[in-house]
Parts: sequence; C-alpha cells; structure tokens
Amino acid sequence: MNSNPGFEQDLASIRRLMERSVRFLSFSGLSGILAGVYALGGAAWAYYRIQYPGQPFRIAVDSIRPPQLTELIVVALVVLVASVTTGLWLSARKAKRLGVNVWDETGRRLAINLAVPLVTGGIFILLLVLGGQFGLVAPACLIFYGLALVNASPNLVDEIRFLGFCEIILGLLGAAVPDIGLFLWAVGFGVLHIIYGSVLYRKYDA
Amino acid sequence: MKNPFDHLDKVLEHSIRLRIMVVLAANPSYDYSGMKDLLEVTDGNLATHLKTLEREKYLLVTKSFVDRKPNTRYRITDRGRSALKRHMEAMAEVVRQSKHPQ
Repeated sequence: MNSNPGFEQDLASIRRLMERSVRFLSFSGLSGILAGVYALGGAAWAYYRIQYPGQPFRIAVDSIRPPQLTELIVVALVVLVASVTTGLWLSARKAKRLGVNVWDETGRRLAINLAVPLVTGGIFILLLVLGGQFGLVAPACLIFYGLALVNASPNLVDEIRFLGFCEIILGLLGAAVPDIGLFLWAVGFGVLHIIYGSVLYRKYDA
Repeated sequence: MKNPFDHLDKVLEHSIRLRIMVVLAANPSYDYSGMKDLLEVTDGNLATHLKTLEREKYLLVTKSFVDRKPNTRYRITDRGRSALKRHMEAMAEVVRQSKHPQ
C-alpha cells in the first residue's frame, strides 16, 4: 500500500479545525497584562492606605477596621470592573481585526464556562464578607478564579490551564496562612497576569 | 487492519461532511451559522451535506428560536461518533502503511 491520498495533510488540518472550533480566537494577551497592572495598582494603593509604613508581606486581615475594609472592597471592585471592561474591549477590537463575530459560538461557551465558577465564587465571597470571615476573601478570589481558568482553558489557549493551577495553589497557600493572603492576591492577580499576558501577547497577538 | 481502505466510511469520504463531523465531535453542539463561518462553505453546500449526515443518523437536529430568530443546532450521535472514529483510524492507518510498506 503505497498510495496515501493526501490523508496526512487532511488529518493535520482536521486537528487544526477541531481546535479552532472550540477556541475563542478574539482572546487578547494584552488584556492579561493590563489586568495585572490594575491589580498591582490596586494592591499598592491598598498597601499605602492600610499598612504603610509597615512591611507589605504580612497583613493581619482580621485586624483591619470597617472603614478601611469598605475601602478595600471598593478598590477590589474597581480593579474587577476595569479588568473585565478592558478584556471585553480588547476582545471586540481583535474580533474586528480578525473579521469574526466576538459573540459567536466559542465566545458564548467561554462566557458560560468562566461564569459558573466565577458567579459561585462571587456569591461565596459575598457570604464570607457578610459573615465577617475577611481572612478568606483574598484566597477565595484566587481559588475560584483559578477554577474558572482551568474550566475555560479549552476555549482559550493551553497556557491558561497552568495559570489557573498557579492561582489555585496561591489561593490554598493564602487560606493556610491568612496573613499573607493579600500579598498572594497581588502576586496571583498582578504579577502572574503580567507574566502570562506578556507570553501570550508575544505568542498569539503579535 | 489488513486493508484500511475497506474501513473508510463512504459518507465521510467527502471532506465537508468529514469536517462537519469533526466539529461536532469536539463540541457538545454547534449551530448552523457558527458552522458556516468555521467551514467557510456556501449555504447550499452546507445544507446538503448536513441533510445527508442527518439521513445517516450521524447527527441530530434541533430547531428553536433565539430572540425570535430561528436557530438550528446540530449534535453528534453515538452512531456518528463511532463512524468518525473508525474512519479517522482508517485514515491514520493508510498514512502509516504508506510510510512503512510491509
């Protein structure tokens, strides 16, 4: 049997098609970098308001007084809204450049796969805040965000799965040692986002 | 597999039909317009091949309305999935034998 009617190329193109059919092409690495910058900005701001001039790594979250706590929550929400808005805007821009519809089959599936862990986490964190369990808020953010990334990674790019695992590990560490929870939050949402965003930007956006 | 050509599926030997089935195998379901964008084929072409696959019971069709617009979704059947698996294994075997002839 020597004839091979182009099956080798067919199989390779089928593999690409399979990936493309689940992958959200309009994903932008740049949004990761910017989300990281916002998170670090928020963390720095929180540090100067609450802890300065104390050392930045350990913060006894349970000793934070209510007015500062409200401020901390507002900062976190601003970072969240800015990150999501940037992500949506850059995705829409990239979709336009690629000539695809941002809200297509893969976009919808990505949104659902992200939303299930994120909405669960959001409600859980709200209950923690209402119950006064502040020490677990930052670790819970990391854990549920990590789970969302792992869950949605087939719709994004393979590297996102590893980012998800890193966030989960940081979250579990923070839950074990609550005093470094806010510091780990800054590492997970700030530093890791900038590193991964840069790698993905160079690999997929350029 | 003595002669892998015998294991190729007649229905899936057409590249558009094969590609439709590959997309359905990788996703829980897919809608008509998403499929059309992805495969870059004309309406007439796509509809004909989807009909053929439906007749073979390789896929299931569900019609509904989303925002008052008709939405047709396709889902792979167990029969379709095993046919696709057999066909792709036969393709891989053809490639293997052409590289290492006995």
